[in-house]
Amino acid sequence: MTAPMRPRVAIVGAGPAGAFAASCLLRARGDAEIDLFERLPTPWGLLRGGVAPDHQEIKRLEDTFDRQTLGRGCRFLGNVEVGRDISHAELMEHYAAVIYATGAQTDKSLGIPGEDLPGSWAATEFVAWYNGHPDYRGLEFDLSAERAVVIGNGNVAADVTRILTLSAPELERTDVADHALEALRESRIREVVVLGRRGPAQAAFTSAELRELGRLDGVDLRVEPDDVQLDPVSRAWLAGEGTFTARKNVQLLREFAARPARPDARRRIVLRFLRSPVEIRGSGVVGAVDVRANEIVRGEDGSLRARTLDGGVETIECGLVLRSVGYRAVPLPDVPFDERHFVLPNDRGRVLGRDGETLPGVYAVGWIKRGPTGILGTNKRDAEETVSRVAEDLGAGALAPPHKPCREQLDALLAERRPDLVGVDGWRAIDRREREDGRRAERPRVKLASRDELLAAAAG
Amino acid sequence: MTYVITGSCIKDDSCIEVCPVDCIHPKPGAPDFETAEQLYIDPEVCIDCDACVEACPVDAIYPDFETPVKHDYALDLNAEFFVERSTAERTAA
Repeated sequence: MTAPMRPRVAIVGAGPAGAFAASCLLRARGDAEIDLFERLPTPWGLLRGGVAPDHQEIKRLEDTFDRQTLGRGCRFLGNVEVGRDISHAELMEHYAAVIYATGAQTDKSLGIPGEDLPGSWAATEFVAWYNGHPDYRGLEFDLSAERAVVIGNGNVAADVTRILTLSAPELERTDVADHALEALRESRIREVVVLGRRGPAQAAFTSAELRELGRLDGVDLRVEPDDVQLDPVSRAWLAGEGTFTARKNVQLLREFAARPARPDARRRIVLRFLRSPVEIRGSGVVGAVDVRANEIVRGEDGSLRARTLDGGVETIECGLVLRSVGYRAVPLPDVPFDERHFVLPNDRGRVLGRDGETLPGVYAVGWIKRGPTGILGTNKRDAEETVSRVAEDLGAGALAPPHKPCREQLDALLAERRPDLVGVDGWRAIDRREREDGRRAERPRVKLASRDELLAAAAG
Repeated sequence: MTYVITGSCIKDDSCIEVCPVDCIHPKPGAPDFETAEQLYIDPEVCIDCDACVEACPVDAIYPDFETPVKHDYALDLNAEFFVERSTAERTAA
């Protein structure tokens, strides 16, 4: 008699959603053999490449991810891109279940003229650059003008605003990528204007991020008192449906508006509300953003929207624009994609085919499943939902055993396709090297920010 | 004394799972859970047992007397969340 086969499961994408899914699956099915595929040579996705370098306490989550996944036998298959190095069909030949955790890899666009002028960037590109994502290392941000404009009112907008205004000594204590540190040291930006389409009550900042903007050393945070006068619609909303965070935000913004100006400050942040960019202008490069004023109206579905007023256009001169209006997922080769909602069509994590029937053995978790919403921990509950479906299907015998069920068969294929695959040992070598360099420089880590350096470190 | 949760909270709810007196809110499934930017500890109920500190993967929780200066707002914020919540519950009732 042969022992029952351990179910082999592939998770595509080693970001927070993939990591929570692996950890959760190991708890639900201790016998599962999990392979965590990752396009980059390094795991943990936006925890490494998204979370701001001055928020090191949040990056400690990597220790938990490591302990709960790699530390418990889950394999890391880094520097392997599913869809290029190995196809979806091949994964299905090797695994009983494949869980997509690929996130939302691109940004939403504003749809206004001039958006693509040099000097106008997606904030996510700036984030990937300062966080040492190897695909973004070569970008060159012109930081020579006095003013930058950040479009958007969420936490990515708050992060990039902080990074543009922190002092060099403050940045030097973080793990910001060296190429970014060098460029930011030379930055001549004195003022960052942050534009919110809606009003102070609807700002998507967390109150923690907003409070932090108001406490930066040597930075004057300006809010116009007129901007924090709530319109009747917002006032009614805040008193009724408004969240604790929205009330805190309005309270903080009123405090900021009452502060005296600090002309001696090193840098200035100006938060503007009820302003929509209508055009980014410049001859050859960004020179200004034209904005128009909005009012808040209640939409038919009850949500509060910004409606542009007929008044004049205000021009804000600047040399850099960072657009931060949200992430968007991109389709994956050979897997169904919902082009309206930018997710894999799914029922609680089970991916659905065109006819609405479940595709046996294919699952989704994280932003590719629910859209780019929530914070890190949201992925834990999301993973629990998807993993319950996987465990149910495995338990019910609903998944056909793969044609090539042995780990060795997959390893042979990958050895041929990606001889420079980075496994757990390779990643650990990268991690050790970065932390050691960090210790010498009194920084949390010194990131290796090119593929060549990462692969060399992985090879030891 | 009490423990307090700071703005580094990622709402992964490890603390809720270990809290012996159920003083950390909102909990998954509660109407205000999804919109909450972080979790909060009810200072009236907390028994200072330390379990949540051990469980938190991002070290977002401190005893009130050791809260770092940059999180000095957190003690009031945690308490205020429960004051607002009980007012809302009374209003709804």
